[in-house]
Amino acid sequence: METITTDVAIIGAGGAGLRAAIALAETDPALRIALISKVYPMRSHTCAAEGGAAGVIKPDDSFDFHFHDTVGGGDWLSDQDCVEYFVNEAPKELLQLEHWGCPWNREADGSVAVRPFGGMKKQRTWFAADKSGFHILHTLFQTSLQFPSIVRYDEYFALDLLVDDGRCQGLTAMEMRSGQLRQFHAKAVIIAGGGAGRMFPFSTNGAIKTGDGMAMAYRAGAPLKDMEFIQYHPTGLPNTGSLLTEACRGEGGILVNKHGRRYLQDYGMGPETPVGQPQLKTMELGPRDRLSQAYWHELQKGNTVSTQWGECVLLDMRHLGAKKINERLPLVHELAESYLGVDIVKDPVPIRPVVHYMMGGISTNTRAATPLPGLFAAGECACVSLNGANRLGSNSLVELLVFGRSAALSAIEHIQGLPAANAAALNVGAEATQARIRELFSRSDGSESMSGLRKEMTDTMEKNVGIYRTEEGLKEGVAKIHELRERYRRVILTDRTNVFNTDLFQVLELGSMLDCAEAVTVGALARKESRGAHQRLDYPDRDDTNYLRHTMVYRQGAEPPRVDYLDVVITRSPPGVRDYSGDHK
Amino acid sequence: MPPAQPGTVSAADAAPHGGAVASPGRPGGSKERTVQLEVLRYNPDTDTEASFQRYAVVCPEEGVVLDALNEVKASVDPTLNYRWSCHMAVCGSCGMMINGEPKLACHAFLRDYAGVIRVEPLAHFPIERDLVTAPDDFMEKLKRVKPYLIPKESKPIDAGEYKQTPAQLMKFRQYSMCINCMLCYAACPEYGLTPRFIGPAALTLAHRYNQDSRDGGRKQRQEVAATHEGVWECTFVGACSEVCPAHVDPASALQQMKIASSVDWIVEHLIPGGNGS
Ligand SMILES: Cc1cc2nc3c(=O)[nH]c(=O)nc-3n(C[C@H](O)[C@H](O)[C@H](O)COP(=O)(O)OP(=O)(O)OC[C@H]3O[C@@H](n4cnc5c(N)ncnc54)[C@H](O)[C@@H]3O)c2cc1C
Ligand code: SF4
Ligand code: FES
Repeated sequence: METITTDVAIIGAGGAGLRAAIALAETDPALRIALISKVYPMRSHTCAAEGGAAGVIKPDDSFDFHFHDTVGGGDWLSDQDCVEYFVNEAPKELLQLEHWGCPWNREADGSVAVRPFGGMKKQRTWFAADKSGFHILHTLFQTSLQFPSIVRYDEYFALDLLVDDGRCQGLTAMEMRSGQLRQFHAKAVIIAGGGAGRMFPFSTNGAIKTGDGMAMAYRAGAPLKDMEFIQYHPTGLPNTGSLLTEACRGEGGILVNKHGRRYLQDYGMGPETPVGQPQLKTMELGPRDRLSQAYWHELQKGNTVSTQWGECVLLDMRHLGAKKINERLPLVHELAESYLGVDIVKDPVPIRPVVHYMMGGISTNTRAATPLPGLFAAGECACVSLNGANRLGSNSLVELLVFGRSAALSAIEHIQGLPAANAAALNVGAEATQARIRELFSRSDGSESMSGLRKEMTDTMEKNVGIYRTEEGLKEGVAKIHELRERYRRVILTDRTNVFNTDLFQVLELGSMLDCAEAVTVGALARKESRGAHQRLDYPDRDDTNYLRHTMVYRQGAEPPRVDYLDVVITRSPPGVRDYSGDHK
Repeated sequence: MPPAQPGTVSAADAAPHGGAVASPGRPGGSKERTVQLEVLRYNPDTDTEASFQRYAVVCPEEGVVLDALNEVKASVDPTLNYRWSCHMAVCGSCGMMINGEPKLACHAFLRDYAGVIRVEPLAHFPIERDLVTAPDDFMEKLKRVKPYLIPKESKPIDAGEYKQTPAQLMKFRQYSMCINCMLCYAACPEYGLTPRFIGPAALTLAHRYNQDSRDGGRKQRQEVAATHEGVWECTFVGACSEVCPAHVDPASALQQMKIASSVDWIVEHLIPGGNGS
């Protein structure tokens, strides 16, 4: 197996991975950087983000406001030292992107424009029409092309971390084009592998979001944190799951049920605001968890609209008019028209909540370091505890930048004065990967189909770990995922050739998702309270006495995982009541 | 106005304010249909040449060709290979030839096709396997045009943003929308004949930065863009703009670049005191 020796290896070339790579290259041009990604960088799912990125920039706003919005939005499960660092760094990172050419929307005077977003008290979401993530990703990718020290390994599928002497020192990966295995020896590894929304059947996430990075860290012994917190976005297209950005509501779109009632007022987010005059932090601009939960209640009450794609509520943007829609929401207009056949200028569009984002991930601290020395993580795959129990829209894109950079700086610090690697020991790890892949190729007793297992997994997650959860459902979920993990050992690889074998990659991705699903279900069962995106019908209240703590799930080989807890860092905002009833009570 | 589905509530009943509305969604959207595909297969491990394979799968009428391929992969033939991720025409992964035309599979609507749909890898790029082509040439060319901001004047981050008016933004916004799907390369007859041609998308990105009020790097980019591998290779067929799923209009970018390069030439060679000899 060929060995590639480098200083820092990055797994993932989305927003977080690219930001880390550029920070490494800028800080120390002599560093050797390997940027490894299973897709070409511009295919990474950051490209799908629509709405925008939050950072304090306007005179009426303050770091303090952004801090409190984020902590309250996260239902006090955010680490407040982390939020503090984040809100301070956010505008710098967004300005840095501006200096790299990002085409942010502008005010008439040439300054950067901002838009309102859910759960934010002030307008502070920077945007590039409704293609903000796309422009961020392409700006970063194009900027990265000027640094010769960033060596890209496009379409390399990362498999396992290499750990020796208690430190992460590299990884194994497969070159997808040839099917050949490679080992990367690195002094530090940064995982920026993105989320795992594909565990669910109905999701805004692209096909590549299968949690490989989380699973690699988990298998190497690093804990996964707060995995039970899964964000449902309230407004997905009911057939494809494509997202209609929160900016639809930021610009003034309203949600109505089959009686034409703006039902959010019935769930603590009222009173009703005038149509077309959205008010921050209330009604349609309440946080995502609350909005998705309100849909569930409307469904129980029989207030949803039956469509050919199932039960929906309606997002009405007609009053915005064609001009504003085309200026501010062109992608939304086009998505609804082409995939659903609804012209949002003329008709309300049916929508329903859709799995969108994982608050949980590889446990990291504010410096983006995991508990495993030499291993750093950033972006959606990491849980730095910025988002707590519920992420506010437009905080994530900024998180990629802030903690991507932070991971790079921490990695540089880590590699100073390290002892030389023991190549022989790393080889042993690499051979284990090789054996695992060989076994898959030569398996003769396979009896389970990949797509069959995958369907059972996604169905289980939807049924048992959805918007509302119960003890009974979660127990069933834990047992079922355990069973599927057993059966996964007998999955059949149909395609046993080498070149660009997507059957193989789908089998491997299913393995990653089952690892993540284990942590999600076990964490959800253990958390006997309702907080943010984790809502239990049997424990409807938040319980700060017992659960103002992060769930930490550790893998234990074939044994069931171990669940532990870590205290939340509270600096200046004691747990309070989340109030989205508007200013005019 | 089409009637609402039986047993459904039409959105008109639910209209919160003014105006009659149609039932949500295209009528009959839940219908299914059998889709016949003819897909070019090639595996360098086992095949000496490429050949077509037929599949038939059932898909929702409102679906796209990518849905049909996914159905084949999940329930008929796991060995079929193609790229995709976003399913919303923004990641640029799923470019392929559909009935001979360069298309994104996730944006090729089944309703627009009757009979057998022929699916082949993107033209003008070498096949890696099945519908997967090697984009190396495009990636290399993209890098050569320096598609990043080369600031006119550098300024520190704490000095704030470069001011840019909405009108200045509009000068290049359209050209910044390229998703790098390479459909324009597959459509471009010039690129097919003369592979060294830098091609529509990469040149358009050079133009995008040239047109950015914050940028001062045009001269550097001209070293590649204004050559015979660059804009002068373009014969203005316009096929690129026709197939572009992101409405980038690369043909207009190339046209503007040619005009600008001609002006350069005139300034350098014909105007006394110009930068030329
Ligand atoms: C539709 C949509 C809209 C959104 N809108 C917004 C918004 O408006 N504002 C906001 O703040 N957030 C938004 N988000 C959330 C945000 O976009 C994501 O959380 C973020 O982009 C994730 O970035 P990332 O860099 O962590 O991962 P990604 O961009 O997903 O990149 C992951 C990278 O890891 C690589 N990778 C994964 N597995 C492997 C492997 N095994 N081997 C090698 N490489 C691997 C991939 O190739 C890829 O390069 C949105 C999300 C979605 C889905
Ligand atoms: S210009 Fe259009 S067709 Fe060409 S690569 Fe860009 S998006 Fe695709
Ligand atoms: S799947 Fe992303 S463009 Fe088609």
